[in-house]
Amino acid sequence: VSTNLTSRKAQRVPTKAVSKEIERIDQLFYTYADGSSSMIDPEGIETLCSHLEVPHTDVRILMLAWKMGCEKQGYFTLDEWRTGMKALRADSISKLKKAFPELVQEVTRSSNFQDFYPYAFRYCLTEDKKKCIEIPVACELLNLVLSLQFRPQVEKLINYLKHQNEYKVINMDQWMGFLRFCNEINFPSLDNYDADQAWPLILDNFVEWLRASEN
Amino acid sequence: QDQTPIALEDGWRDMEAGIARLKRILHGVDGTSFTSQEYINLYTMIFNMCTQKPPYDYSEQLYKRYKQALEEYIKSTVLPSLKSKHGEFLLRELVERWKNHKVMVRWLTRFFHYLDRYYVSRKLLLPLKELGLSCFHDLVFGGLKTTLTTIVIDMVDNEREGQLIDRALLKDVVGIYLEIGQGSVGLYELDFEKAFCKGTTDYYSKKAQIWMLEDSCPEYMLKVEDSLQKEKERVGHYLHASTEEKLLEGTILELISWRAEEILYKENSGCRVLLLDGKYEDLSRMYRLFSKIDAGLFHVSKIFKEHVKEEGMSLLKHAADAANGTKNEKKEAVGSPEQEFVRKAIELHDKQLAYVTNCFQNNSAFHKALKAAFEDFCNKDVAGCTSAESLASFCDSILRKGGSEKLSDEVVEDTFDKVVTILSYISDKDLFVEFHRKKLGKRLLFDKSANNEHERSLLSKLKQYFGGQFTAKMEGMLNDVSTARDHQTAFEEYMRDKLPNHRVDFSVTVLTTGFWPSYKTSNINLPSEMIKCVEIFKDYYNSKQKSKRLTWIYSMGNCNIVAKFDAKPIELIVTTYQAAMLLLFNGSERLSYSEIVTQLNLPDDDAVRLLHSLSCAKYKILNKVPSNRIISPNDVFQVNHKFIDKMRRIKVPLPPTDEKKKVVEDVNKDRRFSIDASIVRIMKSRKVMGHQQLVAECVEQLSRMFKPDIKIIKRRIEDLISREYLERDLETANTYRYLA
Repeated sequence: VSTNLTSRKAQRVPTKAVSKEIERIDQLFYTYADGSSSMIDPEGIETLCSHLEVPHTDVRILMLAWKMGCEKQGYFTLDEWRTGMKALRADSISKLKKAFPELVQEVTRSSNFQDFYPYAFRYCLTEDKKKCIEIPVACELLNLVLSLQFRPQVEKLINYLKHQNEYKVINMDQWMGFLRFCNEINFPSLDNYDADQAWPLILDNFVEWLRASEN
Repeated sequence: QDQTPIALEDGWRDMEAGIARLKRILHGVDGTSFTSQEYINLYTMIFNMCTQKPPYDYSEQLYKRYKQALEEYIKSTVLPSLKSKHGEFLLRELVERWKNHKVMVRWLTRFFHYLDRYYVSRKLLLPLKELGLSCFHDLVFGGLKTTLTTIVIDMVDNEREGQLIDRALLKDVVGIYLEIGQGSVGLYELDFEKAFCKGTTDYYSKKAQIWMLEDSCPEYMLKVEDSLQKEKERVGHYLHASTEEKLLEGTILELISWRAEEILYKENSGCRVLLLDGKYEDLSRMYRLFSKIDAGLFHVSKIFKEHVKEEGMSLLKHAADAANGTKNEKKEAVGSPEQEFVRKAIELHDKQLAYVTNCFQNNSAFHKALKAAFEDFCNKDVAGCTSAESLASFCDSILRKGGSEKLSDEVVEDTFDKVVTILSYISDKDLFVEFHRKKLGKRLLFDKSANNEHERSLLSKLKQYFGGQFTAKMEGMLNDVSTARDHQTAFEEYMRDKLPNHRVDFSVTVLTTGFWPSYKTSNINLPSEMIKCVEIFKDYYNSKQKSKRLTWIYSMGNCNIVAKFDAKPIELIVTTYQAAMLLLFNGSERLSYSEIVTQLNLPDDDAVRLLHSLSCAKYKILNKVPSNRIISPNDVFQVNHKFIDKMRRIKVPLPPTDEKKKVVEDVNKDRRFSIDASIVRIMKSRKVMGHQQLVAECVEQLSRMFKPDIKIIKRRIEDLISREYLERDLETANTYRYLA
């Protein structure tokens, strides 16, 4: 979805203060956007990150993407930018920076996290038709998204995923399974894990591997 | 009533006289009985004394004096006579005294009868008869009963030890207990039966200990059965019928229940040994006895199951040993260790089933035990082969030429029935079908099937037991072969017509795709003689069936070739590939490996196998330079003109490639489809289902063909989720929804 200057005219006429805000937001957008595509591309995002003093692999950028409702990984459209910045009440780099702590809190609230977590997965899907992400990508994403809340589980899980060779990719169903596992299963005792239930097989194997490595 | 009232003492004097007379009669002193007049007088005396107006109505006193008279008699006569007696003599005396007492009571009740009519019921007192008998109970019996019971028990124990005793006396004594209870068995049960049963269990408890030490299991059981029979008879001889149940129960408890494990597991003679030694009678007895106790048969059936399992496991061990060549056992075994295992397993089943039918009365627990044991060991590998493959191999040995021609049709049919039975115990039935199909294909294509009727018979038994989808493909294969035979004559005519000078006998079997196993084939360059035949058939076939496309599988063909050796011509029975290779030498005297490979357009692994079979095996049709036993790309080959054999016709075998892996792969692939189909079928009809339920139903649905691995089912469910046939229910955990 690309916007250009002409479509701006189709929007309704805002109040003076609001229109000043929108102007600033748009101006900020264009400082990072690529001239030909009118989108902020990966290079632009990197620049934005350096201004925000946040590494571009930081989870906060992913959260920002979520807040904006970004569809394509590595690209921000004007509409998405506007959505995000308005929601964060930021029209400058410094205001955006200040908005981060609250953003993090908002996302980690469980009701939002249930939405953010699958979003993170979809965000990583490369082509339109693909439904899976490769193991190394999944491991990185897990680290990014879950290690704050579930460090021990995530460490072990990433270790296992790298070791095993039955699965080469992770699908959405398995991805959601990981979150359920972290939320519901006692760790490291694993005493309430029951392989006879509908856990994805990859988790059955993971638990087996954990238990075997203990002995 | 205007008579003067009779005074009590006056009236009583008359009564006493009557009583005294009665005593004399009882003691045999006075031979005569009471006359009717005497009787009436006595009766009337009581009547008068009871109906007089007060204070002359003496009912109360007369009632008391009736009792006193009896008591006095007992104290003066009965008790002393009993006191001096012991043992059996005491019993006899008691019986006698009781008889007398009953007579006395009977007469006295008649004399004093009028009291029964009004006084007794008005005052709610015991009627005269009951009162009379209770006197005996209170004064005589009450004190003696323990002694009596002990004497009886001693006598009975003696009888148990083999002595003859006075059964009539015992019956009389027991009769006293019953009569004194006056209609109810309560007294009998309390005063006698309880102690008697205890005496019995004590007796048998001791006996059980002795017998356990001295006797073998069958001997012990015989004694038990005998004892039970004797106790039952004993009840009939002198006890009350209601005692039978309690008596036998107690005896069974002592002899069987408490000793059950000792009996069953007795060293060198217990249940397991009886099974090993084929002791039908003893086992039947064991069944009868143990069916009398709770869970008795459960224990026996458990031993039976373990026995069958162990027998089965030892068959497996024999097979493994034979395969490893570790045991130099008598070479009576025909065929491979796996086939021998199947043969022996069938024998084992027959033998054990005979036990169930003949000894265990077809009890379902034993049928179940037999089934469980067979299911256990029939699913283990036989000398490195799966049991499914072993069974298919066994069938192949019967169905191929040289296998069963000596056996009668009946025996073959019976054997097939047994095959079906064994198959019912194997969970990987689909694996058996696939191996059987592969071997059937080989038999049919290489003309190795001995008897078409036998082939069809086995298939129809499999169909009957396991369903049509089991056998449909193989039936199709048989039909293809018979169709080919039908058309052969017409084709031969056609070929003679079109190629009058071509002297090659040629037959084609058209295989319907899907019925037959998939066969590997390659684009071998056939010699021109063969190509001509193939082309003619193509024409012929197209004239009959325009729409069908033929794919030629030369790798499965065979060929008879006459080789003109120096000594004599010999007909060689070879595969088409081998023939094509040999015919190359009609053109060149010597050929190198690479020339052969190029001219035939063969892959290397096929070329090596073929050349080996013609130059390094039993029959050296070709000479190889260098003459070692390994085919290498530098070898050079030429015809061995000096080849000779006493036969005019020899088969030059081509060892088959190992197809085991491929069969297992194909079956696993089919299983994935079956599992998917089953899951979708179930979810489509139920719409929503819990995980464990879905897995259970899936296993159940597929159990006729194989036992699916739970992990694989899970994998398939996940696959179906990603293909959007199902989804996980968002509200309920562990539940799936069908996506239309």
